[in-house]
Amino acid sequence: MLVIVQAAEWLEATWLSTAIRESIWVYPIVESVHVLTIAVFLGLTAAMDARLLGAALRETPVGVVMARLLPWIRAGFAVMVVTGLLLFAGTPVRFTTNVFFQIKLALLALAGLNVWLFHHRLFPTVQEWGAAASPPRHARLAGAASLVLWTLALATGRLIAYNWFE
Amino acid sequence: MSLQSFFVWCEHTVVGTTVRESIWLFPVIEVVHLIGLAVLGGAILLVDLRLLGIGLHGVPVSSLARSARPWLWASLALTIGSGVLLFLSEALKCYENPAFWLKVGFLVVALLFASLVRPRFTRDATAGPLRFGARLAGAISVLLWTGVAAAGRGIGFW
Repeated sequence: MLVIVQAAEWLEATWLSTAIRESIWVYPIVESVHVLTIAVFLGLTAAMDARLLGAALRETPVGVVMARLLPWIRAGFAVMVVTGLLLFAGTPVRFTTNVFFQIKLALLALAGLNVWLFHHRLFPTVQEWGAAASPPRHARLAGAASLVLWTLALATGRLIAYNWFE
Repeated sequence: MSLQSFFVWCEHTVVGTTVRESIWLFPVIEVVHLIGLAVLGGAILLVDLRLLGIGLHGVPVSSLARSARPWLWASLALTIGSGVLLFLSEALKCYENPAFWLKVGFLVVALLFASLVRPRFTRDATAGPLRFGARLAGAISVLLWTGVAAAGRGIGFW
């Protein structure tokens, strides 16, 4: 853990970190973009998950929904990661020592694992099961896991602003 | 009763006082508000991207709108309900906050647009590209809701 804190201290002393931290406009703008991308990334991911659960877009095959929505989801994710990294770079020591940030990182890792499993285990056979209004159990499970993990990541992300346990 | 004294009254309601005096209620309601934003964003974008011709093309917009409608109104109920709770806890701060008034303005126009104008274009059952009017409606809708969300985030910075 000490190495991580030292790395955070090093990052906090760089000009980039100082610039983000001390600018009046950069921080609010970057944070607003980060929050607004929730509507794009999480909103469309939730729509895709709802389709996997058979709760929405039941007449459209899963493969079609994913082919059309994934470019937007990926773009939203890219903006989210870049703005998130900039926010982190502004006050890295505070983030690394914040319990909500630590939980959020773990949740992001789990959400990433879920994406990886889905794309390698389930997506290759989407032509066989994707047309069903209610997809098979494993696909529904992946959709539910995605919804829960991203929602918790959002919640812990918002709570980073509160230092209840510091 | 003047507008300002109404806001003072809001701030002193039992709900407003309870949220303000609790350490964790405001953050938790904020999280609910953001979850609502995510669902609302999905329900709006799914249809607007299709109107613009850059989303689920091939699927009729009427079918997408029908699928998204319950999520749209449910997420609106969630964001507005949680938003009112947040507002009650700091009504006077909001009264003096230009970002708050900007948000209310955007929200009123966006709600009117979503209930009166956009439905005219989302009834189209064709699978191909849509008319210019439909694409314009999609663009206006995205801009209006972005305005609501951006001004909303601005309340906290003012």
